[in-house]
Amino acid sequence: MIGIVDYGMGNLFSVSKALERIGIPYVISESPEELSQTKGLILPGVGSFKDAMALLKEKKLDEFLYDYVDSGRPLLGICLGMQLLFQESEENGLTEGLSLLKGRVKRIPADGGDKVKVPHMGWNNLAFHQESPVLYGTEEGFVYFVHSYYVAEMDKEALLASTVYSVEIPAVVGRGNIFGMQFHPEKSGRVGMQLLTNFTKAMEQSEAI
Amino acid sequence: MITKRIIPCLDVKDGRVVKGIQFVELRDAGDPVELAKVYDEQGADELVFLDISASHEGRKTMVEVVQDVASQLAIPFTVGGGINSLEDMKRILRAGADKVSLNTAAIVNPELITKGADYFGTQCIVIAIDAKWDETLGSWRVYTHGGRQATDWEVIEWAQEVVKRGAGEILLTSMDRDGEKRGFDLSLTKAVSEAVTVPVIASGGAGEAKHFFEAFVEGKADAALAASIFHYKETSVSEVKNSLKAQGVNMR
Repeated sequence: MIGIVDYGMGNLFSVSKALERIGIPYVISESPEELSQTKGLILPGVGSFKDAMALLKEKKLDEFLYDYVDSGRPLLGICLGMQLLFQESEENGLTEGLSLLKGRVKRIPADGGDKVKVPHMGWNNLAFHQESPVLYGTEEGFVYFVHSYYVAEMDKEALLASTVYSVEIPAVVGRGNIFGMQFHPEKSGRVGMQLLTNFTKAMEQSEAI
Repeated sequence: MITKRIIPCLDVKDGRVVKGIQFVELRDAGDPVELAKVYDEQGADELVFLDISASHEGRKTMVEVVQDVASQLAIPFTVGGGINSLEDMKRILRAGADKVSLNTAAIVNPELITKGADYFGTQCIVIAIDAKWDETLGSWRVYTHGGRQATDWEVIEWAQEVVKRGAGEILLTSMDRDGEKRGFDLSLTKAVSEAVTVPVIASGGAGEAKHFFEAFVEGKADAALAASIFHYKETSVSEVKNSLKAQGVNMR
């Protein structure tokens, strides 16, 4: 059983439908008690970093996530959910994140290398940086991004795959049992479904509970 | 590098695709989900569903269509038509759509753009603009109510206004070119695309693969939408994409 954290900021439906397609049972919940019964967690998220952190704290889900990660079970943040794993974001004023990974969330520069439109919306290709179980059996294919902010100044050791849009944008990150995907695997065709499947396999292999 | 996007558009009335679709191999050519799957297999980058139901029941049926599409496809899709309130947006987005598209409602109540963007994020809010050249204005004018009603808005000004209010993308339809199959209105597309900071989807006038090339290269569009040429199998999404790839346009 996989848990989808429902803190009021996400398109939970498409994530849950994607899990149904790959045959993984799930529970959508905002209750730490219920979520603690799972073998892996997905932290989705669409919207603003500040609102998302406020909601996580209000529902005491931040503390729960720390305990969960300490238990060794895998956590996957998607889109804003990935950004929340990092130290802070400059979206709508500086806001502290969960600080599970090192790095800061900044706005995509519209005139970094090339002049680009923000949000970064559409299909962009992945470049792999290192091997990881979540990338297993996947090609460096196209995945669907929709975001205006990106993770900067992160540890190279945790960078699994990136894409380029004005600047290098971390696309898949991971350290230990903590993973993040900046794009939407649930909307990214075959490549996305493979990545989600890989995460659920990592979950099945995790020792705890 | 980010790809240009090819987006088939499906008109849905009371839960059925209308406007004569010629996919003979389909069990049911009027089923939105079946058609969506065909386009997905052809490599469509996104889909747009336009709900043209006139009744309350028809709109409720659209929610079921959205759920079915979302549960069977792993590509993003936008739903437009008949979305007039934050509640309408919630219904469609919670059913699994990735974006909602507002047209007349945005003109009547521009505050709705801001509210939607604050609540769901700008990436969820597509503003559809129906544009028609206006001699007296010396530019393009915005029309609403399915192109039946002229507004006071000039297209570029309106496009900049909606972006300021939180639109994440603009779906720009040329009424002059719509249905003509002579190609997209490149000057309109370029003018809007260069005036705003968000992606622009060109729409209206696609007749063959080279029109898409023009829309991307000359029109500076980020995506291009078409309906009838795909529905009537005059070409397919894969044919268009292969031809664009051959000409050096970055495609998925």
